[in-house]
Amino acid sequence: MPDGAIAAHDEHGHPHHPALQHHFEDLEQQHEASTLGMWLFLVTEVMFFGGLILAYTLYRIWYPVAWALGSDELNIYLGGFNTVVLIGSSLTMALGVRAAQTGQQRATVGWLLFTIALGLTFLVVKFFEYREKFEKFHVPGPNFRFEGPESPHVQIFFSLYFALTGVHALHMIIGVGLMSVLTTMAYRKRFSPEWYTPVELAGLYWHFVDIVWIFLFPLLYLVDRSHHII
Amino acid sequence: MSGHISPKSTYYTIFGALMACTTLTVIAAFIDLPANLNFPVALGIAIFKATLVVLFFMHVKYGSRLTKLIAGVAFFFLGILLSLTMADYLSRGWFTAPNGSTAPGAIVSLSPKPQPVPPTEPAQNTSPK
Repeated sequence: MPDGAIAAHDEHGHPHHPALQHHFEDLEQQHEASTLGMWLFLVTEVMFFGGLILAYTLYRIWYPVAWALGSDELNIYLGGFNTVVLIGSSLTMALGVRAAQTGQQRATVGWLLFTIALGLTFLVVKFFEYREKFEKFHVPGPNFRFEGPESPHVQIFFSLYFALTGVHALHMIIGVGLMSVLTTMAYRKRFSPEWYTPVELAGLYWHFVDIVWIFLFPLLYLVDRSHHII
Repeated sequence: MSGHISPKSTYYTIFGALMACTTLTVIAAFIDLPANLNFPVALGIAIFKATLVVLFFMHVKYGSRLTKLIAGVAFFFLGILLSLTMADYLSRGWFTAPNGSTAPGAIVSLSPKPQPVPPTEPAQNTSPK
């Protein structure tokens, strides 16, 4: 009964924000519910990556030598550079959310574009890292090559490397897609200090992807560097 | 809407702290720490960095108690996943002797006394088929 609902709202006499959905008391309650829903989604994401991290930890305990050998094959400079890029993109995202909160439309668009640029930088670097793995035959499968008796176990390391970084990169691609939509919405002045929920929630997602990389960088690139100097 | 607006300086400070921690974790990885401490140290720094991101970038510090609960639940369940699975896998192969001795290399038998094979019995009879 949409007509009845509209009439009921009109009886109060004060027009409400167009973004407010009728089953919420006010925008604050709506924002709280949205944030909570996003966090619940992130709980499932933590468990999703947690399963892979669990497999990683178990195999690392079983095959510590293979983990050290495999980790040494990764390019610590590219990995470190990507860490800086991704943490930087979290900063620009946080500043983008702040700009949306304070109603600075142009700044919101700018920070979101900056975040997209940093996200794409990360993905381009990741592409060159993957290409190097293909050139060195370090991709798990029939063509996998690694000298020494630890070869089968190093292949497990690289399987988990590709699983973890691949799923993470997929999240990055989805994140860049989300940011593109948000940038368009911000450009069309859809957000205001009263309603900026999509920017805030996309920010939560982006920061989560950043946190995943904060764990992946030391787990994959820095396994046993003290015994094998670069 | 009454969402908390952090000053820009907070974000720049947190970014600086995250960068410092990243440098620290790389340096720590190249130092041969005693007692296999490299892995715990790397993990500890990562957890500290993640906490900074969750509290300040993701605004959980200023969020409602319900949001804090849900965010905490994620890591609580992750802890259950990791600790219970590890408790299973890492304890496989452990022996518990009746007298409590689990010294490495000790031959442990679950029966009080190993039953010696009767010498009169021919060996062929014990083989299958």
